Amino acid sequence: MAVTEYITKSIGFSISEIGAVFILLVAAAKRIPQAARQKHLALEQMQKIGIGSLPLVLVTSVFTGGVAAVQAAYQFQNYVPMRYLGTVIGKSVVIELGPVLTALVVGGRVGASIAAELGTMKVTEQIDALETLAIDPIRYLVSPRLLAGIIMLPVITIFADFIAIIGGYVVAVIGLDVSSHVYWTGFKLFLHVSDVTSGLIKALFFGVIIAMMGCYHGLRTRGGAEGVGIATTKAVVSSCLLILITDYILASLLFSGVFSG
Amino acid sequence: MEKKPVIEVIELRKSFGDNEVLKGINLKIYKGETVVVLGRSGCGKSVLLRHIIGLMRPDSGKILVDGVDVTKLKHNDLYEMRKKFGMLFQGAALFDSMSVWENVGLGLMEHTDLSMDEIRKIVCRKLELVGLSQLDDLKPAELSGGMKKRVGLARAIAMDPPVILYDEPTTGLDPIMADVINELIRELQNSLDITSVAVTHDMKSACKIGDRLALLFDGKIVFEGTPDDIRSTEDEIVRQFIEGRAHGPIGVQEG
Repeated sequence: MAVTEYITKSIGFSISEIGAVFILLVAAAKRIPQAARQKHLALEQMQKIGIGSLPLVLVTSVFTGGVAAVQAAYQFQNYVPMRYLGTVIGKSVVIELGPVLTALVVGGRVGASIAAELGTMKVTEQIDALETLAIDPIRYLVSPRLLAGIIMLPVITIFADFIAIIGGYVVAVIGLDVSSHVYWTGFKLFLHVSDVTSGLIKALFFGVIIAMMGCYHGLRTRGGAEGVGIATTKAVVSSCLLILITDYILASLLFSGVFSG
Repeated sequence: MEKKPVIEVIELRKSFGDNEVLKGINLKIYKGETVVVLGRSGCGKSVLLRHIIGLMRPDSGKILVDGVDVTKLKHNDLYEMRKKFGMLFQGAALFDSMSVWENVGLGLMEHTDLSMDEIRKIVCRKLELVGLSQLDDLKPAELSGGMKKRVGLARAIAMDPPVILYDEPTTGLDPIMADVINELIRELQNSLDITSVAVTHDMKSACKIGDRLALLFDGKIVFEGTPDDIRSTEDEIVRQFIEGRAHGPIGVQEG
């Protein structure tokens, strides 16, 4: 018990709060059709979450692809032919590195900004003000962010995958003396469409996690600037940990076919 | 006067942990009048106001608005009920991501089918009413405290609600700006026939805007009367409050 308590505490919420997160998630999901009708709110969030994250994701992905190439080549030494380099990079980027690293950097950036924005609104009574104007804060604030997370995380993951594979290619061709033809042949060798889709399904879940952790901790903020700081930290820490945990769970579900034959 | 009250608070109780803040509040507010709830900081005045508009749920007791108990309303009905209200917050609580005119016009954008041009016209009229024009495109961060309060007031009246709630309308303003706000509130009431509830600890403001004053002490309403009544009363608690003495029946530790 003490161990689970320690872990949940470090994730940012107690076990009883998991229920509260789900209630908020369900409430926000129910209001997505309403929120989708007010396009400007969702578009603004998609722009912030998606387009705004592109430079960060670009840099992350180039180096992710690059390091994947260097590490793979190092482990291949004399044992595995270099024509499999593209295969390894392609698979690892599309299934794992692309979705997870993108989610982690976007989670840090977007989760923090959502929590700080909503948290400040909470402590300065702006959330209450919305309610007094008969505007439901969940519909007005949470649903557009959730929708934007669900749509934009897969979209920027596609972008990230693409850039990382290019990054790997550049390092392979320039640094590791692998020919362009060999890299792309290897890349296509074992890559299945299901690898890409499973990566994107993961990204969709990560989008939900990032949006919900930002909103949940933001809306629960108490007590001024210090409270906003705490909420922001909790949002980032909890979304990063939940991304890794969910990644494991989804991986075991999506790829369970391999083990069961 | 046997009018029906617009708002009726009945035996309202609310605790936070072990601290019982409201210990059975009874208060009636009639159409067109302004009731000011006085009390020390932290005595539960704002909590009372938040209950009226359904931002908080009581432990027990009822609040009837036009005869309907708001404490029992379901989500959608509660939001519908809130359209009867405008509320001015202590810190104005303007949306700082929006410009002044968007702040004032948000309710209209969300709840009506009016075109942007029409909304802008209404917003301009409301801003003129509170003595602010040509500030439409500024952000709240660029405004002074008094301006923020006035924008907050314009936002509260944007939808022409029949009831306005004021949370500490003059707190944090210089005496002159406080009086400007008081006069503005008075004018709005005279011209728009609005029912108002204000909470404040500012006696001067209370006497200026209130038709009736109620003193909240130790979780209960201990005195109700007109500004003249309150000035002439012999009640020790009331006297201590209006004279602002540290010594008397009101303990300094509480609140």
